[in-house]
Amino acid sequence: MTYAIIVFLPLIGFLYAGLLGDNKQPRRAELVTTALLGISCFLSWLAFFAVALSSDPQAYIVPLGNWMSAGKLSVEWSLRIDMLTGVMLVVVTTVSFLVHMYSIGYMAEDEYPPRFFAYLSLFTFAMLALVTADNLVQLFFGWEGVGLASYLLIGFWYKRPAANAAAIKAFVVNRIGDFGFALGIFLIFRLTGSVSLEAARAAAPSLVGVNIHVFGMDADALTVACLLLFMGAMGKSAQFLLHTWLPDAMEGPTPVSALIHAATMVTAGVFMVARLSFLFDLSPVALDFVLFIGATTAFFAATVGLVQNDIKRVIAYSTCSQLGYMFVAEGVGAYGAGIFHLFTHAFFKALLFLGSGSVILAMHHEQDMRRMGGLKDEIPFTFWAMMIGTLALTGVGLPFTTLGFGGYVSKDAIIEASYAAHGYIGAYAFFCVVIAAALTAFYSWRLMFMTFYGRRGDWAHALPHDAHGEAHHDDHGHGPAHESPRVMLIPLAGLAFGATFAGVFFRHWFIGGGFEGFWKQSIFLASDNKILERMEQVPWLVSLSPFLMMVVGFLIAYYMYVVNKAAPAALARANPLLYRFLLNKWYFDELYDFLFVRPAFWIGRAFWKGGDGAVIDGFGPDGISARVLDATRYAVRLQTGYVYHYAFAMLLGVAALATWYLFGGLR
Amino acid sequence: MVAQAFFFWIFATVLVASGLAVILARNPVHSVLFLILAFVNASGLFVLMGAEFLAMILIIVYVGAVAVLFLFVVMLLDVDFAQLKQGFVQYLPIGGLISICVGLELWYVTAGWTRSPHAAPAAAPTALVGNTKALGLVIYTHYAYFFEAAGLILLTAMIGAIVLTLRHKVGVKRQDISAQVARTPATAVELRKVASRAGL
Amino acid sequence: MIIGLTDYLSLAAILFTIGMAGIILNHKNIIIILMSVELILLSVNINLVAFSTFSGDLTGQVFALFILTVAAAEAAIGLAILVAYYRNRGSIAVADINALKG
Repeated sequence: MTYAIIVFLPLIGFLYAGLLGDNKQPRRAELVTTALLGISCFLSWLAFFAVALSSDPQAYIVPLGNWMSAGKLSVEWSLRIDMLTGVMLVVVTTVSFLVHMYSIGYMAEDEYPPRFFAYLSLFTFAMLALVTADNLVQLFFGWEGVGLASYLLIGFWYKRPAANAAAIKAFVVNRIGDFGFALGIFLIFRLTGSVSLEAARAAAPSLVGVNIHVFGMDADALTVACLLLFMGAMGKSAQFLLHTWLPDAMEGPTPVSALIHAATMVTAGVFMVARLSFLFDLSPVALDFVLFIGATTAFFAATVGLVQNDIKRVIAYSTCSQLGYMFVAEGVGAYGAGIFHLFTHAFFKALLFLGSGSVILAMHHEQDMRRMGGLKDEIPFTFWAMMIGTLALTGVGLPFTTLGFGGYVSKDAIIEASYAAHGYIGAYAFFCVVIAAALTAFYSWRLMFMTFYGRRGDWAHALPHDAHGEAHHDDHGHGPAHESPRVMLIPLAGLAFGATFAGVFFRHWFIGGGFEGFWKQSIFLASDNKILERMEQVPWLVSLSPFLMMVVGFLIAYYMYVVNKAAPAALARANPLLYRFLLNKWYFDELYDFLFVRPAFWIGRAFWKGGDGAVIDGFGPDGISARVLDATRYAVRLQTGYVYHYAFAMLLGVAALATWYLFGGLR
Repeated sequence: MVAQAFFFWIFATVLVASGLAVILARNPVHSVLFLILAFVNASGLFVLMGAEFLAMILIIVYVGAVAVLFLFVVMLLDVDFAQLKQGFVQYLPIGGLISICVGLELWYVTAGWTRSPHAAPAAAPTALVGNTKALGLVIYTHYAYFFEAAGLILLTAMIGAIVLTLRHKVGVKRQDISAQVARTPATAVELRKVASRAGL
Repeated sequence: MIIGLTDYLSLAAILFTIGMAGIILNHKNIIIILMSVELILLSVNINLVAFSTFSGDLTGQVFALFILTVAAAEAAIGLAILVAYYRNRGSIAVADINALKG
């Protein structure tokens, strides 16, 4: 019952704010939705501890009703509550609640706050439906629901064409992933005869080594299914190749970026792989693919984040990179570590986003870091919040202990796990994540130094010369920046607390000795999956490497952005090709535009102009009217106006009539 | 019998020849005159067939009125005849073709027709009355309605011809009866006091 | 020889043909056209009277009488129109009469 309340309160909030929200007096809608989410959050923490401390290994199922039955297919609405669900419930509701509270302040000057809160609550409901799903179709419902909410929220400021384009891009790229995901669900149904997670889990061991015939080849069924399902995760979690939507999604308001594109929606892919660990862990090929993609994403996104100038984009690429880390963890079989990183990452990434939102508001909607500087003394609370977030992200802690900020505990666990994995891809992944750790530290500290240290205008020389033509925000920050209202600072404080202590508090349960007792049966580990033990036995240099990388990154950033401020520009000038390559995100957008977007438009135009216009309209209304005009043009020639022509025609007619009757026989 | 055949052939030949002359003549006055000749011959044919009333009517109406009317109009209009003969040769093939086709078809019909067995048998000749009287007996009894209608047609034609060609001459003094009748003393009469022997 | 119905009918057919040819060939001359129409009507009259004679029914002649009436009326009106047209346009060149052009 409680669980149903947790899941459905946000839906009630959505309905209330959506239907009854008043744009002139938005405070009521804001407070109701935030309060409902507060209750959900509180109950989620209770549920979390209840499930964590219980000793019942089975998941708790809450049936809600039947959705559809057709032949062999039977889809129920039911909530599945196990530890994985508990973790996700806590993450989603906590971040959502804090984001709701934050938005009361952030969207105070907006025209349509109730709509925003309605969409936020709708998103939360969909995400909760996703994480509590007991069968794949219900999961897909939540999956699509969060995609929809993402579209609505990215395009919230719909009067801006860039926002609309970004929303469409997000939805379409997600769709590509969802296509694979749906195929995966179909395949699972075909293989096991059911879409329920219980049934799939029970049938999974018997599916090992089963082949299916596809495209004229025999392929391992489980691998194909996992790869298809992972395609959905790639889209939703913005992994390499389907990542292009995430940076553009920053067109949405900052709370949206914090909630959806840092903590919850993008982690749905990670959650899904963990939830389906009973499938993934039985197909090593799929896991290798996951590992490869995750590692590549981690590295790729970090390199692009090095040179971005928009504060939100740096954090967006950071998110992309950290999601890669989570998939690396799952790819080596350490699902617990992946979820643990998801857990801590939610806190510090949301903190970073909300902090950047505070910075943006203080700078009067200026987002370009080159126009910032010296904010440390003007907005100290925000500064300290961002500092904690950066410390957590870069992984600052005491080496050789498990004491440190959030990222130190979880990220370093992943690096150790990747070292402990066997095979070439494992080695590739290890190098990727280690180097990415250094890059992460670099760009995180770069952000801090450019935004908060120095003086305003220190980096203005890096602006393009036609800076005034770029103004697509409101008036730029002239004059001193002032701190955000308290309603925005309280969530920052909450998240900072989580970012600092979540790692330390929960390590034991997630990846430590309490693993079995915590996760119970929610994460499946194949019999040959010994990654957790091997993680503990890596050489000390490997344990130290992330810390070393973090220090290296910090030092380089400190040198380039505090000591020698001319160094970044000089470096960029010395390597123009590399700089531009990174600045343009490895030219992926251009590549996709060339490969997919332009052909799609071409096909669309062909169907539209050629098919619809020429064929359907041509044979239909337009064509008929044109032919009628042609016919009349011929017919008009008969009407010359000369009487003798008409007389001649009459006589011809008489002659013809007589001839016809003569030879046709008068009837 | 021979006389009948003889006269038939004479009348027929002249009729056809003058018909051809009507359409081929260069001078329209000649055409009209040949038309008159055609009518006269046709009238002769009618007499041969025993329809003498119709023959006389043909002379009186067609020749005496219609052909004379044609002559009047031809004389009245100042037309350039040479220009009007253009296009004759251009249309000769097609015109000739169509006409000959129609002619052949008509002749084919006349040559091969038979009387239907369902047709009413030829009526026996009644008491010998003249053609005129016989026509009168039929027209004013069985065909009285058509007779009246024909009269109306003629009335309409007369009115139409007048309406089409009547021109009011300007400056002609006319009576406007309705205005005259509607005159009031106020506008027509004026009382003046005139002194004796002073005049107006 | 006996002059039969067929002879009269052939004569009427020839006259009809002549009238038609007259219309087609003399299309530029309105007056000749009207005269050709009179020829056609004449041929029809001959036809009717011939039938009337050879079937002993007076209906044919009555009909011919009425056709005569109508032909006379039509000739009168046609010529009146021609005169009015000439007064307004100054010529009866048929090539100029194309106000009905559509």
